[in-house]
Amino acid sequence: MSTSGREPIDDERTPEGRGSQQPHASPLIGFGDAWGDARGDARGGSEIPCGDCVLSSRIRLARNLVGFSFVNRATQSQLSDVVHRVQATRLGGPFESGVRWVNVQATAPVDRLLLFERNLISRPFVEATHPRCVAISTDETASVMVNEEDHLRLQMLAPGLQLRPLAERMFALDSALDRGLEFAFHPRFGYLTACPTNVGTGIRVSAMLHLPALHMLEELEKVQRAAKDLHLAVRGFHGEGTDALGDFFQVSNQTTLGRSEQDLVDEFTDSIVPRFVEYERAARRALCERDLASLDDRVFRALGILRACRLLALDEAIKFLSRVRLGVALGRISDIPLGLVNRLLLEVQPAHLARARGGELGNGRDDRAARADLIRAALR
Amino acid sequence: MERTCDCCPNPAVVHETVVHSGIQTEVHLCAEHAEQRGYILPSATGPALIVGKLLQQVQSAAARPANACASCGTTMATVRETGLVGCPLCYRHFEDALGAVISRAQAGASVHVGRHPAHAADLVDRAAMRNRLARELREAVSREEYERAAKLRDRLHAIGGSPSDAFASADADDATRVEGGSAE
Repeated sequence: MSTSGREPIDDERTPEGRGSQQPHASPLIGFGDAWGDARGDARGGSEIPCGDCVLSSRIRLARNLVGFSFVNRATQSQLSDVVHRVQATRLGGPFESGVRWVNVQATAPVDRLLLFERNLISRPFVEATHPRCVAISTDETASVMVNEEDHLRLQMLAPGLQLRPLAERMFALDSALDRGLEFAFHPRFGYLTACPTNVGTGIRVSAMLHLPALHMLEELEKVQRAAKDLHLAVRGFHGEGTDALGDFFQVSNQTTLGRSEQDLVDEFTDSIVPRFVEYERAARRALCERDLASLDDRVFRALGILRACRLLALDEAIKFLSRVRLGVALGRISDIPLGLVNRLLLEVQPAHLARARGGELGNGRDDRAARADLIRAALR
Repeated sequence: MERTCDCCPNPAVVHETVVHSGIQTEVHLCAEHAEQRGYILPSATGPALIVGKLLQQVQSAAARPANACASCGTTMATVRETGLVGCPLCYRHFEDALGAVISRAQAGASVHVGRHPAHAADLVDRAAMRNRLARELREAVSREEYERAAKLRDRLHAIGGSPSDAFASADADDATRVEGGSAE
């Protein structure tokens, strides 16, 4: 594995057995259009299931290899061995049409952060120092982190509420990997994981909810309570260990033992997520009926700021984009597609701004100016 | 004629007669296989090496706490401190202690339901069979069908289960659900 500086970011080797999975030829993460098209949200939100209230769906599976200590206990050479074994395995599923391996250990901080902002790797994976890599599918909807907390963390993303199709693709990937790798399993505890609270299915099913109306009506505490009653974890914009940014909340399962993957996916799809969506839609109706002028004022004031400002901090950007998103979803704003707002929510983040500049991470003031310029240009 | 090793064609350097359960057998091993089985051999470099090796063994045993995982050396104290297990075999070594931790974290659930790797299909089938027999045994006893219960008990024994499982586990009904799912 290359240990040189930042170029190239990806591991271009094509080990035996990877077959037709050619390395992706385009520049690193052609962000923006590729992301929007592949994840289906560039055209607007109307055709995306629950796209008005659900930003994205995500499923991840934790897997570990037989014969190796877990990552927290393994030696550097064992971790390298795990990387090589996974890289020599045919990934299948969403990786059939192309895979890009990124050697995270040898990648510049700005690029690691970019992958994190795009939800392709986790925060601890950005900051770790041991041998690790990530496989990213050409359409950026799937990734396999090697040597995160577990040897493998398989993850898939889709816009809106699309957990069933995601699960189907995830199971295909799991089965493909199972043909090439021996996963640690115990008949009682199921798939074995480094953290004993993840054993069993090793699955984490989550939905990123957009709940601005509930926030305006000061009913988010009720949401938190409902989530707790349903044994769900509530997290922020970037999952575990992050705070909620603006009106975005990620809900995910905490129980991984005693229920099948399909059972859990069905419950999220048919009952849990629709319940939060229904709360939010009821709050939006209440806001419209109670005082439409006041709602419009909040929405268009936010849009006015975004179209006029010259310096914009990240939390402000997320807050105002959230209000504009609400206006678009309710049809109050008709000249901005929902997909554009979703894309801006990604592109206003620091590593995205840095990549757009073609440089390193900026200081706060540079970022604020660049962020304001980006949004003004996009919403003109 | 020189004896060769029982495990390979090399000349044997250890010759021993072992009596086990009244049956006498001869053991002949080469240096390599003898060492693997724990024999201490006279060495060209003299007794120092043997003492060194012995010391090494004593030291590594001392470095590893008595109740550590035999594979990775993790103890339950480490698991409690870090929240992380050391290796897949820890789950066998600390099965009871981890089972309690897991059950608390998983809203009382204690048996996996869902997909499994292809290599574990037999394990899952056996576990499912054990759970089914245990449930039938419980039902037979509750209906006082003792003849049937005795047969079920024998079948349970034959596949490595214990009749006490049928009555000890509050999760027995859940456990039967381990049948569902597959990696395919």
